[in-house]
Amino acid sequence: MSPVTHHIPDDIIEAYASGALPHAFSVVVATHLSLCASCRATAEACDVLAGTALDALDAGAPDADLRARTLAALDAPAPRSARAERPAPSSGGLFPGPVTAELRGRPPRWRSLGAGIRQQILTAGPLGTVRLLSIPGGKAVPDHGHNGLELTLVLQGSFQDQTGHYRRGDVQVVSDEVEHTPVADAGPTCICLAATDAPLRFNALIPRLLQGVFRI
Amino acid sequence: MLNETDTLQTARVRPAPATGAGLARLGQTGRMNPDDTHDGLSPPTQWLLAVRDRRDRAAFGRLFDHFAPRLTTMMLRAGMGRAMADDVVQDVMLTAWQKAHLFDPARAQASAWIYRIARNRQIDILRRERRPVPDALRPSEDDQHDDDALSALALDQEATRLRAALDALTADQRAVIEQAYLGDLSHTEIRQRTGLPLGTIKSRIRLALERLRHELKELR
Repeated sequence: MSPVTHHIPDDIIEAYASGALPHAFSVVVATHLSLCASCRATAEACDVLAGTALDALDAGAPDADLRARTLAALDAPAPRSARAERPAPSSGGLFPGPVTAELRGRPPRWRSLGAGIRQQILTAGPLGTVRLLSIPGGKAVPDHGHNGLELTLVLQGSFQDQTGHYRRGDVQVVSDEVEHTPVADAGPTCICLAATDAPLRFNALIPRLLQGVFRI
Repeated sequence: MLNETDTLQTARVRPAPATGAGLARLGQTGRMNPDDTHDGLSPPTQWLLAVRDRRDRAAFGRLFDHFAPRLTTMMLRAGMGRAMADDVVQDVMLTAWQKAHLFDPARAQASAWIYRIARNRQIDILRRERRPVPDALRPSEDDQHDDDALSALALDQEATRLRAALDALTADQRAVIEQAYLGDLSHTEIRQRTGLPLGTIKSRIRLALERLRHELKELR
Protein backbone atom coordinates (compact mmCIF):
# COMPACT_ATOMS: atom_id res chain seq x y z
CA MET A 1 0.00 0.00 0.00
CA SER A 2 1.47 3.37 -0.96
CA PRO A 3 1.91 5.77 1.93
CA VAL A 4 -0.68 8.40 2.72
CA THR A 5 0.18 11.78 1.22
CA HIS A 6 -2.92 13.82 2.01
CA HIS A 7 -3.40 14.15 5.73
CA ILE A 8 -5.92 15.68 8.07
CA PRO A 9 -4.84 19.10 9.32
CA ASP A 10 -3.60 19.24 12.91
CA ASP A 11 -6.44 21.57 13.93
CA ILE A 12 -9.02 18.99 12.97
CA ILE A 13 -7.11 16.20 14.73
CA GLU A 14 -6.97 18.38 17.86
CA ALA A 15 -10.71 19.00 17.64
CA TYR A 16 -11.25 15.26 17.32
CA ALA A 17 -8.95 14.43 20.24
CA SER A 18 -10.53 17.01 22.52
CA GLY A 19 -14.07 15.85 21.74
CA ALA A 20 -15.27 19.04 20.04
CA LEU A 21 -15.50 17.66 16.50
CA PRO A 22 -19.02 16.66 15.47
CA HIS A 23 -19.78 13.01 14.86
CA ALA A 24 -19.86 13.01 11.06
CA PHE A 25 -16.34 14.42 10.79
CA SER A 26 -15.14 12.24 13.68
CA VAL A 27 -16.04 9.14 11.69
CA VAL A 28 -13.73 10.28 8.88
CA VAL A 29 -10.92 11.26 11.26
CA ALA A 30 -11.08 7.97 13.18
CA THR A 31 -11.06 6.04 9.91
CA HIS A 32 -8.07 8.01 8.62
CA LEU A 33 -6.21 7.42 11.90
CA SER A 34 -6.76 3.71 11.37
CA LEU A 35 -4.81 4.03 8.11
CA CYS A 36 -2.19 6.70 8.92
CA ALA A 37 0.50 6.33 11.58
CA SER A 38 1.57 9.95 11.32
CA CYS A 39 -1.87 11.36 12.11
CA ARG A 40 -2.43 8.72 14.78
CA ALA A 41 0.78 9.94 16.43
CA THR A 42 -0.55 13.51 16.30
CA ALA A 43 -3.77 12.41 17.98
CA GLU A 44 -1.91 10.44 20.64
CA ALA A 45 0.36 13.42 21.28
CA CYS A 46 -2.82 15.40 22.01
CA ASP A 47 -3.65 12.74 24.59
CA VAL A 48 -0.22 13.20 26.18
CA LEU A 49 -0.97 16.92 26.46
CA ALA A 50 -4.44 16.27 27.84
CA GLY A 51 -3.01 13.78 30.34
CA THR A 52 -0.51 16.37 31.45
CA ALA A 53 -3.31 18.89 31.98
CA LEU A 54 -5.28 16.26 33.90
CA ASP A 55 -2.30 15.56 36.17
CA ALA A 56 -1.86 19.31 36.72
CA LEU A 57 -5.38 19.80 38.07
CA ASP A 58 -5.71 20.59 41.74
CA ALA A 59 -7.38 17.62 43.32
CA GLY A 60 -8.77 16.99 46.75
CA ALA A 61 -8.95 13.68 48.52
CA PRO A 62 -10.82 10.89 46.81
CA ASP A 63 -14.38 10.18 47.91
CA ALA A 64 -14.11 7.37 50.45
CA ASP A 65 -17.39 5.70 49.49
CA LEU A 66 -16.58 5.80 45.79
CA ARG A 67 -13.15 4.38 46.52
CA ALA A 68 -14.57 1.53 48.59
CA ARG A 69 -17.22 0.73 45.97
CA THR A 70 -14.69 0.74 43.17
CA LEU A 71 -12.16 -1.47 44.91
CA ALA A 72 -14.92 -3.88 45.90
CA ALA A 73 -15.90 -4.13 42.23
CA LEU A 74 -12.47 -5.22 40.99
CA ASP A 75 -13.47 -8.85 41.03
CA ALA A 76 -16.86 -8.25 39.49
CA PRO A 77 -17.44 -8.87 35.80
CA ALA A 78 -16.18 -6.05 33.59
CA PRO A 79 -18.46 -3.01 33.32
CA ARG A 80 -20.68 -3.17 30.31
CA SER A 81 -18.79 -0.41 28.57
CA ALA A 82 -15.46 -2.15 29.05
CA ARG A 83 -16.91 -5.40 27.77
CA ALA A 84 -18.19 -3.73 24.63
CA GLU A 85 -15.60 -4.56 22.01
CA ARG A 86 -14.64 -1.96 19.50
CA PRO A 87 -15.97 -2.78 16.05
CA ALA A 88 -13.73 -4.94 13.90
CA PRO A 89 -12.60 -3.88 10.44
CA SER A 90 -14.36 -5.68 7.61
CA SER A 91 -12.70 -8.88 6.45
CA GLY A 92 -10.30 -7.94 3.69
CA GLY A 93 -9.85 -4.61 5.42
CA LEU A 94 -11.79 -2.38 3.01
CA PHE A 95 -13.77 -0.77 5.81
CA PRO A 96 -11.89 0.08 9.00
CA GLY A 97 -13.74 -0.31 12.29
CA PRO A 98 -15.26 3.18 12.49
CA VAL A 99 -16.98 2.50 9.14
CA THR A 100 -18.22 -0.98 10.07
CA ALA A 101 -19.59 0.60 13.26
CA GLU A 102 -21.59 3.08 11.17
CA LEU A 103 -22.78 0.18 9.02
CA ARG A 104 -23.80 -1.74 12.17
CA GLY A 105 -21.68 -4.59 10.91
CA ARG A 106 -23.67 -5.06 7.72
CA PRO A 107 -22.61 -4.57 4.10
CA PRO A 108 -23.52 -1.19 2.57
CA ARG A 109 -27.05 -0.78 1.27
CA TRP A 110 -26.26 1.27 -1.78
CA ARG A 111 -28.72 3.74 -3.32
CA SER A 112 -28.21 4.81 -6.91
CA LEU A 113 -27.55 8.48 -7.66
CA GLY A 114 -27.50 7.83 -11.40
CA ALA A 115 -24.63 7.36 -13.86
CA GLY A 116 -23.39 4.35 -11.92
CA ILE A 117 -22.71 6.41 -8.82
CA ARG A 118 -24.07 5.08 -5.55
CA GLN A 119 -24.16 6.24 -1.97
CA GLN A 120 -25.15 5.12 1.47
CA ILE A 121 -25.86 7.76 4.10
CA LEU A 122 -24.35 6.56 7.37
CA THR A 123 -25.32 9.32 9.78
CA ALA A 124 -27.25 12.47 8.96
CA GLY A 125 -27.75 14.99 11.71
CA PRO A 126 -27.96 18.67 12.54
CA LEU A 127 -24.17 18.86 12.80
CA GLY A 128 -23.28 17.11 9.57
CA THR A 129 -23.67 14.08 7.37
CA VAL A 130 -21.30 11.21 6.68
CA ARG A 131 -21.83 8.84 3.77
CA LEU A 132 -20.17 6.18 1.67
CA LEU A 133 -19.80 6.95 -2.04
CA SER A 134 -19.11 4.51 -4.84
CA ILE A 135 -17.92 6.10 -8.10
CA PRO A 136 -17.01 4.23 -11.29
CA GLY A 137 -13.85 5.22 -13.17
CA GLY A 138 -14.19 8.43 -15.20
CA LYS A 139 -17.17 9.74 -13.24
CA ALA A 140 -17.12 12.84 -11.07
CA VAL A 141 -17.35 12.52 -7.28
CA PRO A 142 -20.75 14.03 -6.43
CA ASP A 143 -20.88 17.54 -5.06
CA HIS A 144 -22.85 17.88 -1.86
CA GLY A 145 -23.86 21.47 -2.25
CA HIS A 146 -23.45 22.73 1.30
CA ASN A 147 -21.39 25.63 2.47
CA GLY A 148 -18.88 24.33 4.91
CA LEU A 149 -16.15 21.83 5.61
CA GLU A 150 -15.92 18.71 3.49
CA LEU A 151 -13.71 15.71 4.26
CA THR A 152 -13.43 12.96 1.66
CA LEU A 153 -11.38 9.86 2.51
CA VAL A 154 -10.51 7.27 -0.14
CA LEU A 155 -11.08 3.65 0.89
CA GLN A 156 -10.65 2.02 -2.52
CA GLY A 157 -9.50 3.16 -5.95
CA SER A 158 -8.50 6.79 -6.42
CA PHE A 159 -9.62 10.19 -7.67
CA GLN A 160 -7.93 13.39 -8.70
CA ASP A 161 -8.61 17.06 -9.25
CA GLN A 162 -6.59 20.23 -9.34
CA THR A 163 -5.58 19.76 -5.69
CA GLY A 164 -3.91 16.44 -6.27
CA HIS A 165 -4.23 12.71 -6.55
CA TYR A 166 -6.02 10.83 -3.74
CA ARG A 167 -5.53 7.14 -3.00
CA ARG A 168 -6.53 4.81 -0.16
CA GLY A 169 -6.02 6.56 3.16
CA ASP A 170 -5.75 10.04 1.61
CA VAL A 171 -8.17 12.71 2.77
CA GLN A 172 -9.28 15.68 0.70
CA VAL A 173 -10.09 18.59 2.99
CA VAL A 174 -11.87 21.46 1.31
CA SER A 175 -14.26 24.25 1.87
CA ASP A 176 -17.30 23.31 -0.12
CA GLU A 177 -17.80 26.86 -1.33
CA VAL A 178 -14.99 26.32 -3.78
CA GLU A 179 -15.32 24.89 -7.28
CA HIS A 180 -13.60 21.60 -7.73
CA THR A 181 -14.42 18.51 -9.77
CA PRO A 182 -12.75 15.36 -8.47
CA VAL A 183 -12.93 12.54 -11.01
CA ALA A 184 -12.50 8.86 -10.20
CA ASP A 185 -9.59 7.17 -11.95
CA ALA A 186 -10.09 4.14 -14.19
CA GLY A 187 -9.53 0.90 -12.34
CA PRO A 188 -11.16 -0.40 -9.19
CA THR A 189 -14.38 1.40 -8.25
CA CYS A 190 -13.57 4.46 -6.20
CA ILE A 191 -15.13 4.08 -2.76
CA CYS A 192 -14.96 7.08 -0.45
CA LEU A 193 -16.12 8.11 2.99
CA ALA A 194 -17.34 11.70 2.87
CA ALA A 195 -18.43 14.06 5.64
CA THR A 196 -20.06 17.41 5.07
CA ASP A 197 -21.25 20.15 7.31
CA ALA A 198 -24.97 20.73 7.85
CA PRO A 199 -26.78 23.20 5.59
CA LEU A 200 -27.72 25.34 8.59
CA ARG A 201 -24.54 25.35 10.55
CA PHE A 202 -25.27 24.91 14.25
CA ASN A 203 -21.75 24.14 15.32
CA ALA A 204 -19.60 27.24 15.59
CA LEU A 205 -16.45 25.18 15.53
CA ILE A 206 -16.62 24.46 11.79
CA PRO A 207 -15.96 28.03 10.56
CA ARG A 208 -12.85 28.10 12.74
CA LEU A 209 -11.65 24.79 11.33
CA LEU A 210 -12.21 26.16 7.82
CA GLN A 211 -9.62 28.85 8.52
CA GLY A 212 -6.91 26.25 8.39
CA VAL A 213 -8.24 24.47 5.35
CA PHE A 214 -6.59 24.72 1.95
CA ARG A 215 -8.69 26.87 -0.33
CA ILE A 216 -8.25 26.15 -3.99
CA MET B 1 -7.98 5.01 21.40
CA LEU B 2 -6.35 2.55 23.80
CA ASN B 3 -2.76 1.70 23.32
CA GLU B 4 -1.60 -1.74 22.41
CA THR B 5 1.26 -3.86 23.65
CA ASP B 6 3.83 -5.13 21.29
CA THR B 7 5.92 -8.24 21.48
CA LEU B 8 9.45 -7.33 20.58
CA GLN B 9 11.31 -10.38 19.56
CA THR B 10 14.57 -9.07 18.32
CA ALA B 11 16.38 -5.80 17.78
CA ARG B 12 14.19 -2.75 17.50
CA VAL B 13 13.97 -0.51 14.48
CA ARG B 14 15.42 2.50 16.25
CA PRO B 15 15.77 2.47 19.99
CA ALA B 16 15.23 5.83 21.60
CA PRO B 17 17.96 7.31 23.74
CA ALA B 18 17.16 7.89 27.37
CA THR B 19 18.92 9.51 30.26
CA GLY B 20 18.70 9.48 34.00
CA ALA B 21 18.67 7.02 36.85
CA GLY B 22 16.17 4.73 35.17
CA LEU B 23 18.66 3.80 32.51
CA ALA B 24 20.95 2.18 35.04
CA ARG B 25 18.27 -0.35 35.95
CA LEU B 26 17.60 -1.62 32.49
CA GLY B 27 20.56 -3.91 32.07
CA GLN B 28 22.11 -4.87 28.83
CA THR B 29 19.07 -5.75 26.77
CA GLY B 30 17.13 -2.58 27.60
CA ARG B 31 14.08 -4.75 28.13
CA MET B 32 11.81 -4.36 31.11
CA ASN B 33 11.37 -7.38 33.31
CA PRO B 34 7.79 -7.54 34.58
CA ASP B 35 9.19 -7.96 38.07
CA ASP B 36 11.06 -4.67 37.90
CA THR B 37 9.66 -1.73 39.79
CA HIS B 38 10.06 0.41 36.66
CA ASP B 39 12.04 3.02 38.56
CA GLY B 40 12.59 6.16 36.60
CA LEU B 41 9.05 6.39 35.25
CA SER B 42 6.61 8.80 36.83
CA PRO B 43 4.64 7.20 39.71
CA PRO B 44 1.22 6.94 38.03
CA THR B 45 2.83 5.11 35.11
CA GLN B 46 4.62 2.80 37.54
CA TRP B 47 1.33 2.09 39.30
CA LEU B 48 -0.45 1.37 36.02
CA LEU B 49 2.33 -0.99 34.99
CA ALA B 50 2.05 -2.77 38.36
CA VAL B 51 -1.67 -3.19 37.71
CA ARG B 52 -0.97 -4.39 34.19
CA ASP B 53 1.79 -6.83 35.08
CA ARG B 54 0.92 -8.02 38.59
CA ARG B 55 -2.75 -7.05 39.15
CA ASP B 56 -1.40 -5.06 42.07
CA ARG B 57 -4.40 -3.76 44.04
CA ALA B 58 -2.42 -1.41 46.23
CA ALA B 59 -1.12 0.20 43.06
CA PHE B 60 -4.66 0.42 41.72
CA GLY B 61 -5.64 2.18 44.94
CA ARG B 62 -2.90 4.72 44.34
CA LEU B 63 -4.08 5.22 40.76
CA PHE B 64 -7.59 5.77 42.07
CA ASP B 65 -6.46 8.27 44.68
CA HIS B 66 -4.58 10.25 42.05
CA PHE B 67 -7.05 10.15 39.18
CA ALA B 68 -10.54 9.87 40.67
CA PRO B 69 -10.66 13.41 42.05
CA ARG B 70 -9.24 14.80 38.82
CA LEU B 71 -11.64 12.81 36.67
CA THR B 72 -14.50 14.00 38.88
CA THR B 73 -13.49 17.57 38.13
CA MET B 74 -13.41 16.74 34.44
CA MET B 75 -16.90 15.22 34.56
CA LEU B 76 -18.38 18.11 36.54
CA ARG B 77 -16.88 20.64 34.12
CA ALA B 78 -18.60 18.81 31.29
CA GLY B 79 -21.92 19.49 32.98
CA MET B 80 -22.57 16.15 34.63
CA GLY B 81 -24.30 16.01 37.99
CA ARG B 82 -22.37 14.60 40.92
CA ALA B 83 -24.10 11.23 40.92
CA MET B 84 -23.45 10.63 37.24
CA ALA B 85 -19.90 11.93 37.62
CA ASP B 86 -19.25 9.34 40.33
CA ASP B 87 -20.69 6.56 38.21
CA VAL B 88 -18.55 7.52 35.24
CA VAL B 89 -15.39 7.84 37.34
CA GLN B 90 -15.98 4.36 38.78
CA ASP B 91 -16.64 3.01 35.30
CA VAL B 92 -13.45 4.59 33.92
CA MET B 93 -11.25 3.28 36.74
CA LEU B 94 -12.72 -0.22 36.43
CA THR B 95 -12.13 -0.08 32.68
CA ALA B 96 -8.52 0.86 33.41
CA TRP B 97 -8.27 -2.23 35.63
CA GLN B 98 -9.84 -4.50 33.00
CA LYS B 99 -7.95 -3.08 30.02
CA ALA B 100 -4.55 -2.49 31.62
CA HIS B 101 -3.05 -5.17 29.38
CA LEU B 102 -3.46 -2.69 26.51
CA PHE B 103 -1.30 0.03 28.11
CA ASP B 104 1.90 0.78 26.18
CA PRO B 105 4.19 3.16 28.08
CA ALA B 106 6.15 3.91 24.90
CA ARG B 107 3.09 5.68 23.49
CA ALA B 108 1.52 7.35 26.50
CA GLN B 109 2.00 8.12 30.14
CA ALA B 110 -0.67 6.78 32.51
CA SER B 111 -2.61 10.05 32.59
CA ALA B 112 -2.87 10.17 28.77
CA TRP B 113 -4.14 6.61 28.65
CA ILE B 114 -6.70 7.12 31.41
CA TYR B 115 -7.70 10.49 29.93
CA ARG B 116 -8.52 8.79 26.64
CA ILE B 117 -10.78 6.22 28.36
CA ALA B 118 -12.50 9.02 30.28
CA ARG B 119 -12.99 11.39 27.34
CA ASN B 120 -14.37 8.64 25.11
CA ARG B 121 -16.82 7.66 27.85
CA GLN B 122 -17.85 11.28 28.34
CA ILE B 123 -18.53 11.71 24.66
CA ASP B 124 -20.50 8.46 24.48
CA ILE B 125 -22.69 9.63 27.34
CA LEU B 126 -23.08 13.32 26.53
CA ARG B 127 -23.62 12.80 22.82
CA ARG B 128 -25.64 9.59 23.32
CA GLU B 129 -23.74 7.93 20.51
CA ARG B 130 -20.79 5.63 20.19
CA ARG B 131 -17.69 7.77 19.65
CA PRO B 132 -15.77 6.71 16.51
CA VAL B 133 -12.34 5.40 17.53
CA PRO B 134 -9.50 4.18 15.32
CA ASP B 135 -8.80 0.49 14.85
CA ALA B 136 -6.53 -0.89 17.52
CA LEU B 137 -3.16 -2.15 16.43
CA ARG B 138 -3.74 -5.77 17.13
CA PRO B 139 -2.10 -6.92 20.36
CA SER B 140 -0.41 -10.26 20.47
CA GLU B 141 -2.03 -13.22 22.15
CA ASP B 142 1.03 -13.50 24.31
CA ASP B 143 0.69 -12.23 27.86
CA GLN B 144 4.32 -11.29 28.10
CA HIS B 145 4.95 -7.60 28.02
CA ASP B 146 8.23 -6.90 26.37
CA ASP B 147 8.27 -3.14 26.66
CA ASP B 148 10.88 -1.07 25.01
CA ALA B 149 12.04 0.40 28.30
CA LEU B 150 14.18 3.03 26.64
CA SER B 151 11.22 4.32 24.64
CA ALA B 152 9.02 4.31 27.74
CA LEU B 153 11.56 6.36 29.66
CA ALA B 154 12.05 8.72 26.74
CA LEU B 155 8.32 9.39 26.43
CA ASP B 156 7.96 9.77 30.17
CA GLN B 157 10.73 12.35 30.18
CA GLU B 158 9.07 14.25 27.35
CA ALA B 159 5.82 14.26 29.32
CA THR B 160 7.71 15.66 32.30
CA ARG B 161 9.17 18.40 30.11
CA LEU B 162 5.72 19.12 28.76
CA ARG B 163 4.39 19.44 32.30
CA ALA B 164 7.07 22.01 33.10
CA ALA B 165 6.16 23.92 29.95
CA LEU B 166 2.47 23.78 30.86
CA ASP B 167 3.22 25.08 34.34
CA ALA B 168 5.17 27.96 32.81
CA LEU B 169 2.21 29.17 30.72
CA THR B 170 0.17 32.16 31.72
CA ALA B 171 -3.11 31.42 33.46
CA ASP B 172 -5.01 32.38 30.28
CA GLN B 173 -2.95 30.06 28.10
CA ARG B 174 -3.36 27.21 30.55
CA ALA B 175 -7.10 27.84 30.65
CA VAL B 176 -7.28 27.37 26.86
CA ILE B 177 -5.73 23.90 27.17
CA GLU B 178 -7.92 22.95 30.14
CA GLN B 179 -11.06 24.15 28.43
CA ALA B 180 -10.26 22.25 25.26
CA TYR B 181 -9.41 18.89 26.79
CA LEU B 182 -10.98 18.90 30.25
CA GLY B 183 -13.97 21.14 29.71
CA ASP B 184 -17.27 20.57 28.02
CA LEU B 185 -17.47 19.32 24.46
CA SER B 186 -18.68 22.49 22.80
CA HIS B 187 -15.76 24.88 22.99
CA THR B 188 -14.66 26.51 19.78
CA GLU B 189 -11.17 27.82 20.54
CA ILE B 190 -9.08 25.08 19.03
CA ARG B 191 -5.79 26.64 18.20
CA GLN B 192 -3.51 26.51 21.17
CA ARG B 193 -0.97 29.19 20.31
CA THR B 194 1.03 28.33 23.34
CA GLY B 195 4.17 26.92 21.79
CA LEU B 196 4.03 23.75 23.84
CA PRO B 197 6.67 21.25 22.66
CA LEU B 198 4.60 18.49 21.14
CA GLY B 199 6.83 17.80 18.13
CA THR B 200 9.25 15.53 19.96
CA ILE B 201 6.40 13.70 21.67
CA LYS B 202 4.77 13.09 18.31
CA SER B 203 8.05 11.75 16.93
CA ARG B 204 8.47 9.33 19.82
CA ILE B 205 4.94 8.04 19.46
CA ARG B 206 5.42 7.73 15.72
CA LEU B 207 8.52 5.61 16.26
CA ALA B 208 6.64 3.39 18.71
CA LEU B 209 3.76 2.98 16.24
CA GLU B 210 6.08 2.16 13.36
CA ARG B 211 7.93 -0.35 15.49
CA LEU B 212 4.67 -1.97 16.50
CA ARG B 213 3.42 -2.23 12.93
CA HIS B 214 6.80 -3.54 11.83
CA GLU B 215 6.71 -6.22 14.51
CA LEU B 216 3.12 -7.13 13.74
CA LYS B 217 3.91 -7.54 10.05
CA GLU B 218 6.74 -9.90 10.90
CA LEU B 219 4.51 -11.98 13.12
CA ARG B 220 1.98 -12.65 10.41
